[in-house]
Amino acid sequence: MRFSVATIAAAAMLGLASQAAAETVAPGDVKFEDGTVTVSVSGAAGDPANGAEVFKSRKLGNCLACHTNSAMNNELFHGDVGPVLDGVADRWSAEELRAIVVNSKAVFGDETVMPGFYSLEVGKFVSEDLVGKTILSAQEVEDVVAYLGTLKE
Amino acid sequence: MRKFIFMAGTAVALALAGAAVAEPVDEKLVIDGEIEIVTKAKAPEGHPFDEVLSGWLFRTAETRALEADSFINPAMLTVEDGERVWNTVEGTEGKSCASCHGNAAESMKDIGAHYPKWDAATNRPVNIELQINKCREERMGAEAYAFDKGGQRPLTTYIKYQALGTPVSIDLSQGEMQKWWDTGKDLYYTRTGQLNLSCASCHEVNAGKYIRADHLSQGQVNGFPLYRLKNQGIVSLHNRFRGCIRDTRAEMPKAFSDELMALEVYVTWRGTGLSVETPAVRH
Repeated sequence: MRFSVATIAAAAMLGLASQAAAETVAPGDVKFEDGTVTVSVSGAAGDPANGAEVFKSRKLGNCLACHTNSAMNNELFHGDVGPVLDGVADRWSAEELRAIVVNSKAVFGDETVMPGFYSLEVGKFVSEDLVGKTILSAQEVEDVVAYLGTLKE
Repeated sequence: MRKFIFMAGTAVALALAGAAVAEPVDEKLVIDGEIEIVTKAKAPEGHPFDEVLSGWLFRTAETRALEADSFINPAMLTVEDGERVWNTVEGTEGKSCASCHGNAAESMKDIGAHYPKWDAATNRPVNIELQINKCREERMGAEAYAFDKGGQRPLTTYIKYQALGTPVSIDLSQGEMQKWWDTGKDLYYTRTGQLNLSCASCHEVNAGKYIRADHLSQGQVNGFPLYRLKNQGIVSLHNRFRGCIRDTRAEMPKAFSDELMALEVYVTWRGTGLSVETPAVRH
């Protein structure tokens, strides 16, 4: 009996793990529809607290390099290359924000300066150690999208 | 409520501060009260901007002051080093630069404002660094300097310093300079790296804006080699080119490669009319 409970638990865990893996959408398979991506690219919900960390980390999103975000006024030096993100969730839906973070060029066109954070449509001569890699992982994208969803005025 | 007012106040202060420093300053640069530097010039025909602006106009008051006074400009020590190299005999021929060129203040006057130049012998453009290496190998019987090594940076700085104040102009009618300019222009607009950015992404489309604490200038090269506060030392142009490309998360072309020589030709042209500022001071 004990054995079977453990087996069931293990099987359940394996099942969940493989299910999550199966639901991760590869960068080239993300479906854009009218400037939206409706499905979570990681297959899971985003964590806004971790999203805030990814957002401000210079090594991950480094979003403050280009965007001002008054909710992070304790961080020095917000850039102004991109639009201010105060109230961004009032202006864009979660599905639109996901599309912009995944690959803004699919939403705004090729001229935008914003990098695609979950895209392999990148520039030439990519550093050898980054070939085939995206700036953020699928889950980090979902976390950032969840965090952006909290920026309401 | 009090918190809200405080936050609103901070936001206004930030916005004002941003607005106050977001534009290049409207100031004149006169080095040591004597040498007038052209920091704004009408752009040459076919240029994307109406006016070309020196990076000096985008820097803080403290940094601008460092360049305006040669006594406190830390790169003047490099100029002095360069003068020593100029007068040092090296190689099998027993010659220094001075052996052939005499007093640099006369023989090198304004020279740095007109490089890169076409070099028929190697069938490509040469900059000051490559011209020095040609002299070392062909006239002095000395080894060419490796990139950024030996006397390369001080001597280049010293030679360009002899053109301080002279407006930049390069001759695109020589040899195949126009072809190299074309290649350089293509590279200027080529997006590189995982971040997918071109030179133009920052220095044309977003000049005047801030990337984090960095005030984006037009990316003019008239002040190189220059003192970079971030590096606490002198930085060559090809080192800066490579650093920018690395920051896009791309592989860096080699210094003096065809790619970076073409880029130097094109970007130098983009600063036509600005004075040579070597050694400039930047962040």
